[in-house]
Amino acid sequence: MREWLLTDTPGSRTQARLGRLYGGWLAFARNRLAMVGLGIIVLLILMALLAPLIATHSPYDQDLANRLQPPSGAHWFGTDQFGRDIYSRIVHGSRLTLYIVLLVAVTAPVVGLLIGTVSGYLGGWTDIVLMRITDIFLAFPKLILALAFVAALGPGIGNAIIAIAITSWPPYARIARAETMTIRNSDFISAVRLQGASPVRIILGHVIPLCTSSLIVRVTLDMAGIILTAAGLGFLGLGAQPPLPEWGAMISTGRQYLLEQWWVATLPGLAIFVVSLGFNLLGDGLRDVLDPKNG
Amino acid sequence: MIEVEDLNVIFGHGGGAIHAVRDVTFRVGAGESFGLVGESGSGKSTVLRAISGLNPDWTGIISVDGEAQRQRRDKAFHKRCQMVFQDPYGSLHPRHTVDRILEEPVAIHGMGDADKRIDRVLREVGLGPQFRFRFPHQLSGGQRQRVAIARALILEPRVLLLDEPTSALDVSVQAEILNLLKRLRSELALTYILVSHNLSVVAFMCDRLAVMNRGRVVEEMDAVTLRRGEASQDYTRQLLRASLGYDRAAADSFRDFA
Repeated sequence: MREWLLTDTPGSRTQARLGRLYGGWLAFARNRLAMVGLGIIVLLILMALLAPLIATHSPYDQDLANRLQPPSGAHWFGTDQFGRDIYSRIVHGSRLTLYIVLLVAVTAPVVGLLIGTVSGYLGGWTDIVLMRITDIFLAFPKLILALAFVAALGPGIGNAIIAIAITSWPPYARIARAETMTIRNSDFISAVRLQGASPVRIILGHVIPLCTSSLIVRVTLDMAGIILTAAGLGFLGLGAQPPLPEWGAMISTGRQYLLEQWWVATLPGLAIFVVSLGFNLLGDGLRDVLDPKNG
Repeated sequence: MIEVEDLNVIFGHGGGAIHAVRDVTFRVGAGESFGLVGESGSGKSTVLRAISGLNPDWTGIISVDGEAQRQRRDKAFHKRCQMVFQDPYGSLHPRHTVDRILEEPVAIHGMGDADKRIDRVLREVGLGPQFRFRFPHQLSGGQRQRVAIARALILEPRVLLLDEPTSALDVSVQAEILNLLKRLRSELALTYILVSHNLSVVAFMCDRLAVMNRGRVVEEMDAVTLRRGEASQDYTRQLLRASLGYDRAAADSFRDFA
């Protein structure tokens, strides 16, 4: 199997592609920290998928007699001000975190990639117009702009995701454009132009595949920032609304009890920290594998 | 087959404009192999890029196969006229397999039968089917250049523009590629325009050639005259002397021909 994957003379398209993937995986697996990051992300995904099985309590059931209990056998991470089990809330909150991360990851980089490659490849007026729009978005601090959007759209987790996506595409457009500018005058692009390929074909089939790897790395590294922005919006009461167990919102309510009942705010904070760290480690590892400068 | 008349190429505008090609005129007959020779910066590659359609900043007349060409070319032109680049390390997409590289032009022109065509063209350039699903980084320089030639040939063009096709390869591989190109020309009745700074390559490959210096054609002659070393212009004689290898007395006698 290993030999079949790593052969120098693949016999079919699929084998060539799988062999390439396997080679990348081997390089990735050599990086211990990256594997730790991958492990954290896999755990997060499993936790989100199996949330009802893993959670010991309902994330919404209130038990006012047992409010603000410290961590114990019955409540592993203690209870919050309504007597809800914090462990169960964190487990269910992983679904929200993943939901935010996934939606942002499939929207912002795609928009950024399209705008950046089109702008970089076509140049001229298209480039000027698209890049000035990008500049306008870049001129605002991300969180402030997201706050403005959420304020206009109304609080809620869906609007928070839209706001984060709208504010996070410009850097991707910039990266994709820079990457495209280095590619567009290369001989292999000239060659495909000489074959009569349309700009759409060249951008989709030839430019984008070369930009995606650096973009994937950047997106993974930004995931931590996205989670933090989402948590920040939740903390400010503009993201997920109570009683949703969003980690940022949980920290926000726990803040009032920080000195006497530290676990209410600290444990969701730790969850954000661990997941952000996981994405950062994963991104670092992916950079080593995907960075086109080494390939 | 190819007529170029009063070709001028100017890059940039105003004070910073560079007049890269000045009033170049030549004709290449069908099935002929024509060389463009000159030192670096003489404008020979620029002429080739203008003919291929890669560079739209030209004025004058370029006609291929009896049709006057405009700055923008249509698909039919690209099917007739293909180009092989100098650097085989830069002319193949690093993330595409040989198969994908060769399949693309077939798909663009809707020629169909990609499988058979790829198989045949790989054989024509002397690569077996075992190379078909490799990525460029799994190929040597010579093999890459063969793939680049195959990519140009798969459209069944009538004209092949060769931009220093061997100067990035080591000497033994150079000979292989030149022999391959020579064989393909006679088998497929191709017309070549070959750009090179290497006089012996041109003498080997071409029937006729033009010598360029500072954007102008200095002299046109046939390969027989070149081999005998009977150039009529001073610049060409100097180029011939330079091509014999380094010689201090010769180097000292070189001058600038403006």
